[in-house]
Amino acid sequence: MIKVTDLHKSFGQVKAVRGISFEVRDGEITGLLGPNGAGKTTTLRMLYSLLPPDRGEIRIDGLDPTRDAMAIKRTLGVVPDSRGLYTRMSARENITYYAELHRMSRRKIKNRLQELVETLDMEDFIDRRTEGFSQGQRVKVAIARAMVHEPQTVMMDEPSNGLDVMSTRALRRYILGLKDAGHSVVLSTHIMQEVAALCDRIVIIAKGRIAADGTANELLEKSGCESLEDAFVQLIGTEEGLLA
Amino acid sequence: MKGLATVYKKEILENLRDRRAIFNSLLLGPILFPILFIGLAWFSANKQQERVEQVLEVPVVGAEYAPNLVGFLEQQGIVIKAAPEDPEGMVQAQVVPVIIRIPSQFAEQWTSGKPAVVELIADPSRRESDIPMRRVRLLLNAYGAQIGHLRLQLRGVSPTIQTAIMVKDVDLSTPQSRGLLFMIFLPYVLMITAFTGGMHLAIDSTAGEKERKSLEPLLINPVPRWQIMLGKMAATASFAFISLTLTLVAFRFALPQMPTGALGIDLNLDGAAVGGILLVIAPVVVLASALLTTLAALAKSLREAQSYMGLIFLVPMIPSIIFMANPIKPETWMMGIPMFSQNLLIGEFVRGESVSFLWLLMSMGGTLLIGLILAAVAATLFNRPRIVFSS
Repeated sequence: MIKVTDLHKSFGQVKAVRGISFEVRDGEITGLLGPNGAGKTTTLRMLYSLLPPDRGEIRIDGLDPTRDAMAIKRTLGVVPDSRGLYTRMSARENITYYAELHRMSRRKIKNRLQELVETLDMEDFIDRRTEGFSQGQRVKVAIARAMVHEPQTVMMDEPSNGLDVMSTRALRRYILGLKDAGHSVVLSTHIMQEVAALCDRIVIIAKGRIAADGTANELLEKSGCESLEDAFVQLIGTEEGLLA
Repeated sequence: MKGLATVYKKEILENLRDRRAIFNSLLLGPILFPILFIGLAWFSANKQQERVEQVLEVPVVGAEYAPNLVGFLEQQGIVIKAAPEDPEGMVQAQVVPVIIRIPSQFAEQWTSGKPAVVELIADPSRRESDIPMRRVRLLLNAYGAQIGHLRLQLRGVSPTIQTAIMVKDVDLSTPQSRGLLFMIFLPYVLMITAFTGGMHLAIDSTAGEKERKSLEPLLINPVPRWQIMLGKMAATASFAFISLTLTLVAFRFALPQMPTGALGIDLNLDGAAVGGILLVIAPVVVLASALLTTLAALAKSLREAQSYMGLIFLVPMIPSIIFMANPIKPETWMMGIPMFSQNLLIGEFVRGESVSFLWLLMSMGGTLLIGLILAAVAATLFNRPRIVFSS
């Protein structure tokens, strides 16, 4: 459960986020949709306590990232925009590193890795060094790394970036599985199909502000459009920076 | 502190797999420096020996004017060659290092008791002619002195009356302290190794992590940022320290191979000296790691970090160069100066002197304090969003 109220963040003269408020419920997938540069990544970075907000309030399961950063980080699983794997280490070592940073016991790590290898289908490359991995393999390792400590809240920044059709389908199945298991999932993307296929609720961000917020049907009603695509374009006010 | 240990372990493991890091930290210093040093020392000693022992061939112009003098030179092992056409030209062309010319008035000056002129043609600005020239001059002077003494004796005067003052050297340097001249090189090499040993790791674990975009996901883990930074610094320090140990051990085993006997110098780096030097230099490793990590973390990219490292090379060199150009007597107040004090102390160790506990305490404490302050500053660097997201 995440509650964001009137979030602001500037970098020098650039106002990246200008008053964003929304809610993410447990057992739901919430999509942050918006063109490139709309402020999605900055919003997420404030949620996972990497950036302090200039103004506004964030509560994740009742905790404040600016004050309880460590507690929040223990309950969060984040797949950031930059996957950043260590290429001189195997996939297993990459994941184990993060598990150890979460202070998991050796036995627990071993069991959890076995589970992840099965769900994410990583048998073929789990013990290979990540140098030269395909985008799909890299995303899988990044997801396994983020999920190794079984977080309640999952945040993914553009998870399907650079993936082929097969990998994208597998990824979507995995995200839907998380929802069924009762996790709350926040997904940032600029791909409309992804939002349509996955999200229960959609938060449309443009120029650092909330353009619209609701279920797919609510958005269609609000905009008076026939298709989601038209609705997005109308609500954002431009076609720029979106992918079908 | 478990986070710190985890980061430390991972950085060590990852860099042990990096061939470039291994090469830079663990092979380059420990192998290259001793070979370079021993090689140079061996070469120069060898050359010097060669020149001293070499049969000297000296062309003599006008040998017929002074047959006794020429006979004396031959007795002393000099091979007399026939007079060349153009003596000056031959010396200038470096065909021979030195030529003797005896003018025709030699006999006349000799018999009338005036100083008989003998010309020594050589170019002292050429280093290779230095030793032959000195040898010939020494022999000519010896001959002159011998004849002079004989003349005085013939006139019933004691030749010692000529020697108004006699200078006598009282040499108090021990074989080890004479070795110090050579061992000035050692502190210099060790200071540089304290920096280069961990340099690659410092860059890879900060600027490199930023460039590969693995820093952001790393910082999302529930580990305080100062622990992550200190873990990286500790890994840097470990690499530097291992590199230093290997370098010292390499020197320890390489030194007996040196041609020290020929120079009358006894260089010794026993186990106790190695241990003492490592102890003294350990705080420098802390200081160097903090400095390297700070600089590398401030850099926006690997390339920028590497360009800073070129400058940082100068830092450990400054005290060594000052000491090389102007060797000074160690004083208590100097022990507070990082790197300079270690330079002096390593010198004392190698000379085989006992080092006062106060000096050790001041040098190690002073350097460690500055190193820890720097480390504390570096530990907060990842708290700044500008540094995390700057690439």
